[in-house]
Amino acid sequence: MPGKLKVKIVAGRHLPVMDRASDLTDAFVEVKFGNMTFKTDVYHKSLNPQWNSEWFKFEVDDEDLQDEPLQITVLDHDTYSANDAIGKVYIDIDPLLYSEAATVISGWFPIYDTIHGIRGEINVVVKVDLFNDLNRFRQSSCGVKFFCTTSIPKCYRAVIIHGFVEELVVNEDPEYQWIDRIRTPRASNEARQRLISLMSGELQRKIGLKVLEMRGNAVVGYLQCFDLEGESGLVVRAIGTACTLDKLSSTAAFLPACNSPSKEMKEIPFNEDPNPNTHSSGPSTPLKNQTYSFSPSKSYSRQSSSSDTDLSLTPKTGMGSGSAGKEGGPFKALLRQQTQSALEQRGGSPHRFCRNREFPFFTLTAFPPGFLVHVGGVVSARSVKLLDRIHNPAFVGIMGNTRSYKLLDWNSFNSDEPETRDAWWAEIRQEIKSHAKALGCHAVVGYSESTSICEEVCILSASGTAAVLNPRFLQDGTVEGCLEQRLSWQPGFFSIGQEENLPAGCGFCHIPYDELNMPFPAHLTYCYSCRKQKVPDVLFTTIDLPTDATVIGKGCLIQARLCRLKKKAQAEANATAISNLLPFMEYEVHTQLMNKLKLKGMNALFGLRIQITVGENMLMGLASATGVYLTALPTPGGIQIAGKTPNDGSYEQHISHMQKKINDTIAKNKELYEINPPEIPEEIIGSPIPEPRQRSRLLRSQSESSDEVIELDLSHGKKDAFVLEIDDTDAMEDVHSLLTDVPPPSGFYSCNTEIMPGINNWTSEIQMFTSVRVSRLSNINLTNQTLNKNFNDLCENLLKSLYFKLRSMIPCCLCHVNFTVSLPEDELIQVTVTAVAITFDKHQAVQTTKTHVEKSLQRAVSVEKASPLTEGHFRQRSAPACANSTVGVVKMTPLSFIPGAKITKYLGIINMFFIRETTSLREEGGVSGFLHAFIAEVFAMVRAHVAALGGNAVVSYIMKQCVFMENPNKNQAQCLINVSGDAVIFVRESELEIISTQQPIASCQPACGGGEIAT
Amino acid sequence: MTNELDIFVGNTTLIDEDVYRLWLDGYSVSDAVGLRVRSGILEQTGATAGVLQSDTMDHYRTFHMLERLLHTPPKLLHQLVFQIPPSRQALLIERYYAFDEAFVREVLGKKLSKGTKKDLDDISTKTGVTLKSCRRQFDNFKRVFKVVEEMRGSLAGNIQQHFLLSDRLARDYAAVVFFANNRFETGKKKLQYLTFGDLAFCAELMIQNWTPGAVGEQPPDPPPYSQVDDMDVDLDKEFLQDLKELKVLVADKDLLDLHKSLVCTALRGKLSVFPEMEANFKNLSRGLVNIASKLTHTKDVRDLFVDLVEKFIEPCRSDRWPLNDVRLFLNQYSASVHSLDGFRHQALWDRYMVTLRSCLLRMYHD
Repeated sequence: MPGKLKVKIVAGRHLPVMDRASDLTDAFVEVKFGNMTFKTDVYHKSLNPQWNSEWFKFEVDDEDLQDEPLQITVLDHDTYSANDAIGKVYIDIDPLLYSEAATVISGWFPIYDTIHGIRGEINVVVKVDLFNDLNRFRQSSCGVKFFCTTSIPKCYRAVIIHGFVEELVVNEDPEYQWIDRIRTPRASNEARQRLISLMSGELQRKIGLKVLEMRGNAVVGYLQCFDLEGESGLVVRAIGTACTLDKLSSTAAFLPACNSPSKEMKEIPFNEDPNPNTHSSGPSTPLKNQTYSFSPSKSYSRQSSSSDTDLSLTPKTGMGSGSAGKEGGPFKALLRQQTQSALEQRGGSPHRFCRNREFPFFTLTAFPPGFLVHVGGVVSARSVKLLDRIHNPAFVGIMGNTRSYKLLDWNSFNSDEPETRDAWWAEIRQEIKSHAKALGCHAVVGYSESTSICEEVCILSASGTAAVLNPRFLQDGTVEGCLEQRLSWQPGFFSIGQEENLPAGCGFCHIPYDELNMPFPAHLTYCYSCRKQKVPDVLFTTIDLPTDATVIGKGCLIQARLCRLKKKAQAEANATAISNLLPFMEYEVHTQLMNKLKLKGMNALFGLRIQITVGENMLMGLASATGVYLTALPTPGGIQIAGKTPNDGSYEQHISHMQKKINDTIAKNKELYEINPPEIPEEIIGSPIPEPRQRSRLLRSQSESSDEVIELDLSHGKKDAFVLEIDDTDAMEDVHSLLTDVPPPSGFYSCNTEIMPGINNWTSEIQMFTSVRVSRLSNINLTNQTLNKNFNDLCENLLKSLYFKLRSMIPCCLCHVNFTVSLPEDELIQVTVTAVAITFDKHQAVQTTKTHVEKSLQRAVSVEKASPLTEGHFRQRSAPACANSTVGVVKMTPLSFIPGAKITKYLGIINMFFIRETTSLREEGGVSGFLHAFIAEVFAMVRAHVAALGGNAVVSYIMKQCVFMENPNKNQAQCLINVSGDAVIFVRESELEIISTQQPIASCQPACGGGEIAT
Repeated sequence: MTNELDIFVGNTTLIDEDVYRLWLDGYSVSDAVGLRVRSGILEQTGATAGVLQSDTMDHYRTFHMLERLLHTPPKLLHQLVFQIPPSRQALLIERYYAFDEAFVREVLGKKLSKGTKKDLDDISTKTGVTLKSCRRQFDNFKRVFKVVEEMRGSLAGNIQQHFLLSDRLARDYAAVVFFANNRFETGKKKLQYLTFGDLAFCAELMIQNWTPGAVGEQPPDPPPYSQVDDMDVDLDKEFLQDLKELKVLVADKDLLDLHKSLVCTALRGKLSVFPEMEANFKNLSRGLVNIASKLTHTKDVRDLFVDLVEKFIEPCRSDRWPLNDVRLFLNQYSASVHSLDGFRHQALWDRYMVTLRSCLLRMYHD
C-alpha cells in the first residue's frame, strides 16, 4: 500500500445549461481512479455549483499511481432518465510523485467533452501521500524526474549523463474495435483518450525503471510519440536521455540575479570539479584530427545522411525478411568497410561499447560546456515497413472499463516473433550507430525518431549528429573507447591547450579523422579560427549552436521543400515504390539545402530536421534548419550556373542574367544577415586538401537522376565552385525556386533552433503560436513541378502570414520554428507550424553589432548568456506590463528558457492527448472554426494544468501530433492532438533583483559589474 | 490550390484593433479586406492580398468566438480559453459596447423589446450604420436593459459591475436604459437638434434627483415602496404626484405676480432681453409649472422633452435670448420662489427646478 491519493471537489462554474426547462443544471461529480469511484452530492439548480466535497481517498500501488490518470466526470442528474455527462477532466498525478516537483494540484480545470469541447470549469484539489517502499522488485519508478527539455534543466546540474533510454508499448486502437460500431463517438473517443493516457503512464514508468537500473534519477529530452497505425494498432514509444541530476541549492539559484542563470548553472559543475585542468581545457581543446567532420559537399551527403532505402517487407505470415540483404549497392558496402576500418583504426573496442550501452545516443541538443568535443555530421536512417496487425489475443477484454486488462509491450509478449516494432527501431538505431562510427564518432547527439504512416505503409526515420563527447560527464563504461583514444592523444592535447589558453570556440568544427584516410570526400582547410586543425567547408548538425561557437552575423531559417508523385499501389508494391523514391528525395533535399545555404552566404546548418511524409499518391520532404556563418569554417563559395547549349545566344544571355540575380541575392543576403568575415590571406589557409579518388565512383552509384553532380565533381578543385547546371526545365525550376524564397520583412528574423545566432538582447515579450493550413491541390494531372511549386507557395505564404500577423512585435525573432507536414487525404496537404516570437531590443542590437564589427567576431556564448544580463536594461520598462488579472497568465514556449526570467522550479512533465469530434461542422464555423476552437481549448487545458501545479509557464512545449480528418459531406470532422512540455515556475529578473538586494551578497557584485560591462 | 483550412492560434490571443473596428462596424470579410487594402497596409508591410485575406478571416473567427463571452463580460475575465491581457480585455469590452451617436439617437426612448429586422433596416439606411452593427448595438442595449432593469441600487453602478464598462460608457448606458424605460420621446423633428450627450446629461440629472433612489439617501432605511419601484430606473411616483402642488405658482394670480415682480426687480438691467423676459414671464412660468404638474400622466412624461422645447426653449430662442440671460433668468426664477411667503413646497420646488434648470441650460443651443 505505498500511496494514498486524496481528491476534493470544490466547485464548478460556467456549467452549460442541461435542463432547458429551468435553464439550469443539477450537477454532480464522479471521481474515478483505477476501478474505484466516488460521487459527490447533486448540487441542484445551479450553473455554479459549490460541492465542497469531503476528501475522497484512494489507497493504491505506486505502480497504478504512475500508470493511471485521475478521471473526473461531471454529470447532470436526471431523476427519470440516464444522467447526462457534461464532460471530463483527466489529471496526470505523476508530478506529485517526486519530491522536488509539485506537492499539490489545485485549481480550475476546463471540463472537456470530446463532442462539445470545453463546457465550464471545475475546481479540484489533489494530494498524494507516498509511503516508502523498500521492495526492490517493485515495478514502479516513482521519483524519476522527466523533462522534455533537450538540455540540462536550468536549476539542475548534471552529475552523470548515462545515455539513451527507449521503450515502446503497443495496444489495439479502440477506434478500430468491433465494439466501435455500436458505441457512440463520445464513448469511443473517451476510450481512446483513456487508453493513451494509460499507455503513456505505463511507458513513462517503464522508462523510469530503466533509468533506475542505470542508477540515474532523471530523463532529459524525453520525447514520447504515438503511431496511429489504424487497423494494426496503436504504438506509444518514447526516447530520452538518462541522467543523474543534482538540484542546485536555492541560494545558488538565486545568487546570480545579476548573472545569467544558464551560465551559472553550467559553471557550477566545473567549480566542483576536482580537476580544474580539465575544466579550463574542456571546451577549448582543439582535439586532434580524431574528431570527424561532415562536410556535406553535394556529393557525399548521401553517405552521412545515408538514407535507408532498404525495404524490409513484413509479409502477413510474419516471416522476417532481412532488410540488410536488400540494401544495397557498392556504396553501402563501402560504408561498411569504412565503418570497420574506422573502428580498427581507432583501436576502440566496439564490443565493450555494445555491452555497456547498446546505443550511445543522446536526445539532448544543447550541452554543458565541454561536453561536446567534436561534431561530425548528420547521420540519419530511414526504413520503409509494412504494418501488420499487432495480433494479440490478450486484448479481448480491453473494452471493459475496469483495470482488468493489462497493457503489454510487444517484445515481452511476442518474443518468438522476429518482426516487432521494437526490432524495427533496433535495426534503425543500429544503422545510425554504424554511420556515426563511420564518421569517426562514438556518440550521436541531438537524436530523434519519427514515423510517417499512410494506410499500411510506415516510414521509420531516425537522425542525429555524430559527435565525440567528453567522457567526464558520462558514466565510465559508456565511452571507454573514447577514453582510450583520449589518452593516446594526450600530448597534443595538452600542448595545444596551454599554447592557446583561450577557448577558440572552434574545437567542435575540427574534423576528427585522418585526412589521408577519409571515409568520404570533402574539402578540407585549416580552421579559420585556430589555423591548426582541419575543418570541412560546410557543417550540418541536428543540435543547437554550441554556446562557445563563434559566429559572424545573424542566422536564418533555411528550408528545403520537395514533393514527388508516386503511383497508388498496394502493400509490397507501394512499399517498394516508396523505397525507390526515398534516396532521390533525400538527395534533392540535401541539394536544395546546400544551394540555399550558399545563397545565404553561410557555411553551417544547425537544428536540421528532415521530415519525409508519405501519402496515397505522393511523398513530401521538408527540411528545416538554421543557417549560420561559423568563423571557424571557410567562406562559402558562390553558385555558378552553367548552361548546356552554349551556342544559343539568347540562352546564354538568360544564363548570365540568372547568374547575376544569384550573385545579387548572395550579396544582399550577406548584408541582411550582417555576414562580413575578415579577409584572410589565402596562403595562411593553404590549399584545399586533395580528395580521394573514389569520389566519382561513389557518386555514380547513386546519381542516376542528376548529372550535375558529375559537373560538381569536375569543379572540386576550385574553392569557389558550386556549379548548378541548367540542362533541362527541371533544373531551371530549381534555380527559380531558389530565388523565390523571400527574406522576412525587416526587423524580423527566424530560426528553428532555441536561440537566434547573433541576437543577444531578448526582451521579455513572447508569443507562442500554432498555425495550421490545409491546402487542396486542385489539379488533377499534377506534375512534380506544379506540386513542388504548390508546396513551396504553401510554406512561403504561411511564413509571410506569420510575419504579417506578428508585425506589432517587430523587432522580433521567430524561434524554434517547427514545421510538420502531413498528407491526410489524396489531394490535401496539411502544414502545421509551432514557434515562438520573441522581441528583442533593436537599439542594443545596433550597439553590440558595432562592437562586434570591430572585433569581427561574435561569441555565440553571448547570445544565450548575455540575454538575461542585458535584460537588466529594459527590465524597468517591461516589468509593469504584467498586470494582475483574474486568471493567472501562463506562458508557453517551445524553448527551454524564458527570456528575462529565471526558472526556479520544474513541476513535472505535461503530456496530454485530446480528441475532438463534431457532427455539426458547419455550425461550428467549418473546418477552420472547428480546429481553431480546438487548438485554443488545448492551450487552455495545458495552461490550466500548469496553473493547478502552481506553475506559470510551460517550457519545451511541443505539439507532437495534430491529426485532422474531415468529412464535409457528412458535416463531420475529427482531430487528435498530442502536446507535451515542462511545467515550471519562473521569476522575472526584475523580481529576482529585489530578492538579491534584500540579501546582499558581496561575491555577486563584481560578477554583476563585469557582466554589465561585457554587454 | 486553395486553402481549405487556415488558422493561427496564439497562446496570447492576438487582437488587431483595426480589424476589430471593422468587425464591429459590421463589414464582411471581403469588405474589410478592401478597406484594409485602401488603408495602405500592403505597402507598409509588404504583405500580399492573400495574406491580408487570411489574416482578416482569422481575426473575424476569433472575434466571432469571443462574441459569446462579450455578451457577459465577467465571463471573458474568468474564462480559460483565450489568454488576453487585462488591458486588451477592457478594450474588447469597451469597444464592443460602444455605440454610434447616429444610431443611439434613433432608438433612444424607444421600446427595446421590438427591434425588428425592419426597424433596424430603416435605421441602417437612415444612419448609414451597417445592419450588422445596428443589430449589435441594439442587442447590447437590450441585453444591458434586461440585466439591470429589475436591479436595485445605482443604475450606472449596476451596469458597470455586470458589464465591466468604463465609468463614462456605463453612465451612457444608464441614460439609454433610463430613456428606454420611461419611453421619453426624442425622435420628434424639433428634438433632432439635441445630441445624445444633451439627453444623457439630462437623464443623469433626472436619475440623480427624480428617482426613488435619489431620496434614498435621506431616509436611512429603504422606504417600503422601493420594493415595488426600482431605485434608479423609474421616476419617483410620489415625487411626480407631489409636483401637482406646484400648480399654485401659476394658478394663484397673486403669487404669480409676486413671483414675476421679484424676478424682474432682481434682473432689471442685467438682461439684454429684459423687456422680452418681462413680457413673456407668465407664459414661461406657466409652461414650466404645467409641465411639472402634468407628469403624473405617462403620456406627458414621455413628452417631457418635447414640452420643454415647445414651452420654454423655443420661445426664448425666438426672442434670441443669449445663453447667459437664460441662465440668469432660471437662477433668479428658481431662487425667487423662496421669498414667496405663501408657498409651502420649497423642497419640492428645488428638487424639480435644480434638475430642470440644468437640463434646460444644456438643451439651450441651436
